[in-house]
Amino acid sequence: MRISLHIWRQSKKSTKANFKQDGKMVRYQLDHVSPDMSFLEMLDVLNEQLTKKGEEPVAFDHDCREGVCGSCGVMIDGEAHGPESGTTTCQLHMRSFRDGAEIWVEPWRAAAFPVVKDLVVDRSAFDRVVQSGAFISVNTGAPQDANAIPVPKADADRAFDAATCIGCGACVAACKNASAMLFVGAKVSHFLHLPQGRVEREQRARHLVAAMDQEGFGNCTNQNECEAACPKEIPVRVIAEMNREFVRAKVRQEPVSSKRVGGDG
Amino acid sequence: MTWLTDFWRSSIGGKVTMAVTGVLLFGFVVAHLLGNLLLLAGPDAINSYAKWLHDKGPLLWVARIGLIAIFLLHIVTAIRLSRANKVARPVAYAKEATMQASMASRSMLWSGLSLLVFVVYHLLHFTFGVTNAEHFAKKAAPSTAAWNGHDVHAMVVASFQVPVIAIAYAAFQLVLFLHLLHGLQSFAQTLGVHHARYTPMIKKLSVLLAAAIAGGNVLLALSVLLGLVKGAA
Repeated sequence: MRISLHIWRQSKKSTKANFKQDGKMVRYQLDHVSPDMSFLEMLDVLNEQLTKKGEEPVAFDHDCREGVCGSCGVMIDGEAHGPESGTTTCQLHMRSFRDGAEIWVEPWRAAAFPVVKDLVVDRSAFDRVVQSGAFISVNTGAPQDANAIPVPKADADRAFDAATCIGCGACVAACKNASAMLFVGAKVSHFLHLPQGRVEREQRARHLVAAMDQEGFGNCTNQNECEAACPKEIPVRVIAEMNREFVRAKVRQEPVSSKRVGGDG
Repeated sequence: MTWLTDFWRSSIGGKVTMAVTGVLLFGFVVAHLLGNLLLLAGPDAINSYAKWLHDKGPLLWVARIGLIAIFLLHIVTAIRLSRANKVARPVAYAKEATMQASMASRSMLWSGLSLLVFVVYHLLHFTFGVTNAEHFAKKAAPSTAAWNGHDVHAMVVASFQVPVIAIAYAAFQLVLFLHLLHGLQSFAQTLGVHHARYTPMIKKLSVLLAAAIAGGNVLLALSVLLGLVKGAA
């Protein structure tokens, strides 16, 4: 296959004042691409070619290359992780493109995800959101007998739907508003349906939403682009659940006196 | 107050504000249409309805001020959220694709701003009598029940007999349809209701409701334009 690529090249890290830096789209051509190559293997071939020519290879994130780690992920022809649904970039193969295709490859675009280099973005905003409350504080000890705490099958399924999130950031990238609500909704929903997670549901909802807003993600307008882009096909139901949990937590919030210290915000 | 302002400033609080004010405005649009459908029942029906409304006195003003407050809150929140959304994506994609976002959802800001322009014109036209003062000045016969002798029926009929006005009103109903469609479809989701069976039903019902409102308004303008509703002889 012959493939033409338009790839975003940016050598310096984005800053708030200069997000684009000196970045620009650069065209490359590959003449012998096998349809059996994965998208990342195709980029590997390009990078070997660039290295031989003494040019800087294209930087992109990748780790497991089997669709579970969430490291890879680029915008391919305007679609997060490319044209195949329920598929990460590493699991996308060149047979999904036609011979002679012109492919546009760009990093995730969001103020909360500054570009580090080329196609690599800094997703530590997600880590900070998780650190604000996407966990259970109590030490749960050694694994218990599997059925010690009964969880209805339907609840376990809902929690598991959300728990499949790999934190790749495709939802933010695909959202017209660069909103992270599918990701944060998945964290809320993941714990909401399980008895261990329900104990801290109110502070979790408040803290996660506050952290999300703090990072400068956009706001959901119910266009459901995230759901279509998510390689794990997490449904927008989790966003409705987060909305409900947040309103519930705000309504039940006790007024905090200004004299009290260390109160839960 | 800080609880309220903190809630409003949060992303989800902003969304909830849009949903709640939006559904209240939808309620107004429903009541507005139901009242105006009296146009089809003849001059006495709509003129006495207008008198009944105005006779409410202070209560009418409470409703008006409430409506204006809801309307402003809807607009101010929309502007705040839209600006935040723009800031959240500082660099646009060179190649953009849309997977499942509807046209109605993508044009909310523009349909909303167009409706604002329309509402201003609509108020200047039928409430303040600025744009077509000659229609506004029409007087009802003294024997009939009408507010201050003001003939609403004659005013509306005279206006919609002008093709440009009738067609402009009808055209804006398409914008209203799109805006209501996405608003109604989003309402339940934003307030946390998502159900495997009911969410698809809500989406279908939204099409029906939005079409009924827009269609009802178009019916009023066109029935006058096409001569089905005539002024008093």
